[in-house]
Amino acid sequence: MSGAGGPRPGAEGLSDAASIASRVRSGELRAADVAEQVLGDVESRDAELHCFNLVTGEAMRAAAAEVDRLVATGADPGPLAGVPVALKDNLCTKGVPTTCSSRMLEGWSPPYDATVVRRLVAAGALVVGKTNLDEFAMGSSTENSAFGPTRNPWDTGRVPGGSSGGSAAAVAAGFAALALGSDTGGSIRQPAALCGVVGIKPTYGLVSRYGLVAFASSLDQVGPFATTVADAALLLETIAGHDEMDSTSLGGPVPRLTEALRSGVDGLRVGVVRDFLADASADCVAAVRNGADVLSRAGASVEDVALPELLHGLSAYYLIAPAEASSNLARYDGVRYGLRVDGEDVEQMNARTRAAGFGPEVRRRIMLGTYVLSAGYYDAYYAQAQRVRTLVARAFARAYEHVDVLLAPTAPSVAFPLGAKTEDPLEMYLADLFTIPSNLAGHPAMSVPFALDGQGLPVGVQVLAPALGEVAMLRAGVALESGATPGARGPVRPGAVV
Amino acid sequence: MAVELTVAEVRHVARLARLELSAEESVHVAGQLSAILDHVEAVRALDLEGIPATSHPLELVNVLRADEVRPCLTREEVLGGAPAVEDGRFAVPRILGETP
Repeated sequence: MSGAGGPRPGAEGLSDAASIASRVRSGELRAADVAEQVLGDVESRDAELHCFNLVTGEAMRAAAAEVDRLVATGADPGPLAGVPVALKDNLCTKGVPTTCSSRMLEGWSPPYDATVVRRLVAAGALVVGKTNLDEFAMGSSTENSAFGPTRNPWDTGRVPGGSSGGSAAAVAAGFAALALGSDTGGSIRQPAALCGVVGIKPTYGLVSRYGLVAFASSLDQVGPFATTVADAALLLETIAGHDEMDSTSLGGPVPRLTEALRSGVDGLRVGVVRDFLADASADCVAAVRNGADVLSRAGASVEDVALPELLHGLSAYYLIAPAEASSNLARYDGVRYGLRVDGEDVEQMNARTRAAGFGPEVRRRIMLGTYVLSAGYYDAYYAQAQRVRTLVARAFARAYEHVDVLLAPTAPSVAFPLGAKTEDPLEMYLADLFTIPSNLAGHPAMSVPFALDGQGLPVGVQVLAPALGEVAMLRAGVALESGATPGARGPVRPGAVV
Repeated sequence: MAVELTVAEVRHVARLARLELSAEESVHVAGQLSAILDHVEAVRALDLEGIPATSHPLELVNVLRADEVRPCLTREEVLGGAPAVEDGRFAVPRILGETP
């Protein structure tokens, strides 16, 4: 057993999707063996971490057998052949329970697969199971799950971040080489930072939302988790691209992401978002400054930029996202799927069902959203928040006249202890301060594991780019990765660090 | 200016949102929503005269597909997740208030 952080002895081959796929495709490694190793590992260690709401072991073994059969017959098993992948439990999987970590959907199985799931399966990936999240993706710690919190593999007394905490922790724990999450205000990037893995929120519309259970439709985007930037780019390339089942899906070609990894950062113009540094911990600020130095030494030009408008993003987000959520979650009415609690008439049945099925944070956001959309408050709150959204987009546009990418902390702090912020919703919301502006603007952004704090906990650095600027973002991401503190990224043994 | 949501306002909002709410929870939620709204007051105070609203990050136009018959979920699949079904339809409690 490993007594310290860093890759686990003998399991390095399972930490890297590109090498797993390469070895499986060549016949050197059997997908069936990958599946058995992963399932055994999850069986022995996930009871403590609770990354997964559901492990789909039989389906994983069947998928592995199919990959091995294709390899044996000389057919192409796909670019992700034999790679174990974890799916956030708000992505629909046909015939497989999809709960959103809510009592409302407990026991419900969707009649169709999300487009991203279909693309993963077609690429030869092996789905390990469905990962825990804050209920309906509302939260920043995965403590809002109706099925109990996920624990951070770096220190099991701390949260993994959220809302995609189960996916981030599954990759950090070495249970899956890749995972999918969704990011509405930071729900991929913040847990990625807190778990020492790579997480990308793509440009809005680059990845299909068909089959992603809707939270705030103008902000939601599906994206990848991985242990390396190259793996994250590979996964994003696999799931990206037009989908006629999503009316907000972009047309046009997908940027050649994996090619970006070799281009270096010579001549890349990098701006450091100065306004974010005052609200971040010393370790998070130091990571950004050191990251800027790494990029500078690699040939990028670096300057500080002032974007004070971005700090208004948080308030605008906590009006816009609940407003959209209150509308999207109206569908949980006890009629078509999920929970029903009986009542005298339809209205009482609706109200009882929704009170029993939704947890406190979801109820709070539905009421907040209903309030800001209600007569007399719409202009003062919702319309004003939408104007702030324009302000944020304009601030970004101003910056991108001079720089190609922006650098910022991903989160204000490292992973915090379980229970530290559950009593105060506002305190929890502040965890998303630096990630929200990219969602408001529809821009891509990623978190790269870069450093360790004094306690050995991972610190992420965020790279932001303009719409469809994934190539520049990934160029910076790879350079940051190569200059990162050794041991700053997963997988780790649970509890090994602290 | 501190925002104070009254319990009556919270109960009205809960009714609009079809959420049953106990008297105790109404008080609790009134405090929490007031604190959140208080935090976002700064946004209300911004002078954004002349700044257009953004409702969506993309320049969207309606996307329509050709009006062609194509395979879709069967009735059984659609009804398969429903809590109550009757004669191939979703079953609900009475909608109108009158007695039979």
